[in-house]
Amino acid sequence: MTRCFQIDPRDNVATLLDTGGGTIEVAGQDGASVEAPQSIERGHKVALRAIGKGGEVVKFGVPIGRATGDIAVGEWVHLHNCESLVDERSQGLHPVSGAASDTPYE
Amino acid sequence: MEWRGFLRPDGRKGLRNLVLVIYTVECARHVAHAIAAGEEEVHVIGFPGCYDNAYAIRLMLALGRHPNVGAVLAVGLGCEYTRPQRIAELVRDSGRPAGWFYIQDQGGTRKSIAEGKDLVQRMRRELAAQTPRVPMNWADLTVGCECGGSDGTSGLAGNPTVGAFFDFLVDQGGRAVFEETVELVGLRQHLLERAATDAARDQLGNAYDKAIRYCRAVRQYSVSPGNFAGGLTTIEEKSLGAFAKSGTRPIEGVIRVAEAPPRPGLWLMDTVPDDHFMQFGYTNPNDTEGIMDLISAGAQVVLFVTGRGSVIGSPVAPLVKVTGNSDTFRRMEEDMDFNAGRVLDGELSLAEAGMELAGLIARVAAGEPSKPEALGHREYFVMYKHQDTPSLADGCRA
Repeated sequence: MTRCFQIDPRDNVATLLDTGGGTIEVAGQDGASVEAPQSIERGHKVALRAIGKGGEVVKFGVPIGRATGDIAVGEWVHLHNCESLVDERSQGLHPVSGAASDTPYE
Repeated sequence: MEWRGFLRPDGRKGLRNLVLVIYTVECARHVAHAIAAGEEEVHVIGFPGCYDNAYAIRLMLALGRHPNVGAVLAVGLGCEYTRPQRIAELVRDSGRPAGWFYIQDQGGTRKSIAEGKDLVQRMRRELAAQTPRVPMNWADLTVGCECGGSDGTSGLAGNPTVGAFFDFLVDQGGRAVFEETVELVGLRQHLLERAATDAARDQLGNAYDKAIRYCRAVRQYSVSPGNFAGGLTTIEEKSLGAFAKSGTRPIEGVIRVAEAPPRPGLWLMDTVPDDHFMQFGYTNPNDTEGIMDLISAGAQVVLFVTGRGSVIGSPVAPLVKVTGNSDTFRRMEEDMDFNAGRVLDGELSLAEAGMELAGLIARVAAGEPSKPEALGHREYFVMYKHQDTPSLADGCRA
């Protein structure tokens, strides 16, 4: 069973403890789960609730960023659909590798 | 919960009854360590620089007058700026026995080691015979926390478990200290909302703004592509993982290195160099430096959260290692004191983990050695840093 961990009850995302998709159990919450249409890597986040475009992504009970598009329950939440409120480089990062695309090399 | 501590002449209460050997230049390092070698409860710290530094002197004085330290021997070579005599005098002013000498005056390595061993053995006997034992509880305790060697579990379980313990400690009237302001990028508003008073709000705002100026000046924010690849989406998210160790109670204010919290509660320590000297020095060169800063606030115990697994310890105050990663705990159990990974395994709630950690800290407070303490880890790191240093502002005229 793939598991995820919600830190604060106010959070609309949870962190994957195992890599996987389908039914993801929320650890320590008596069988609560979400359905993920795609596999999500361990350490990445899954949406526990729907988040509309421009809505706050909440973890630790506080906003960690803003949704750049509508996010459905069970969807992977990362650089492709969430932007930092302070980091000007946030949207120039590769969604999987995190590599910066804005550094001049030549 | 109550245990027996060591009462110092200045009224502070310690968990250990140590003699601290302090050397005042790298040239005296070998002799200082040779004096302590093979001696029970004799620890060593020192400053490598020949040219002195106010931050380093304040740090060493704070460690020499630390509640866990009963007596001090300061050892110099004889031609450095930092003066062991002044260190010994100021430690003596706090009521603690203190001695000092220059290696050049003693006539070399062997004579200095013999003299030093004689002095620390006499101090040990005096402390053993004369230090009053007194009841202690949480209200007498200052605990510091920092994290290093972090992984994805540190923000999820390791730091939040310490946060739960800090909430308990603060509710019991104790003092809790956390640091790493440069790792709070993006949390200005969140930080200010935690302020206990208007004065604390101003202090937190100033400390945050200085940390950001520092990050801008060195063009480094504490986030990397590896963090994003690992699943952290924004720097705010990473910062919150570090900030989670502060728990949820109001922040009473900001203290500087070598400054003890003036009253009970939760405090942020500012370890960032001041602006005008920013080009000289680093805020957090390694984990050990941060731990030394926390001990300088009078912390009798320091918590170190590590997801990947670290093997450092500390002189003066026992280091208690917490990991949020059950695999790391099993792989490095001889170094890890507490497995907060059980929270992620569904075995414990964060609140339960915090209380279990409190039980462990009470045992360490009562004298049970922490894992790094039992292994003999006594890493220290004192370097040049410039923070609020008017007394040494003078230099050569250009």
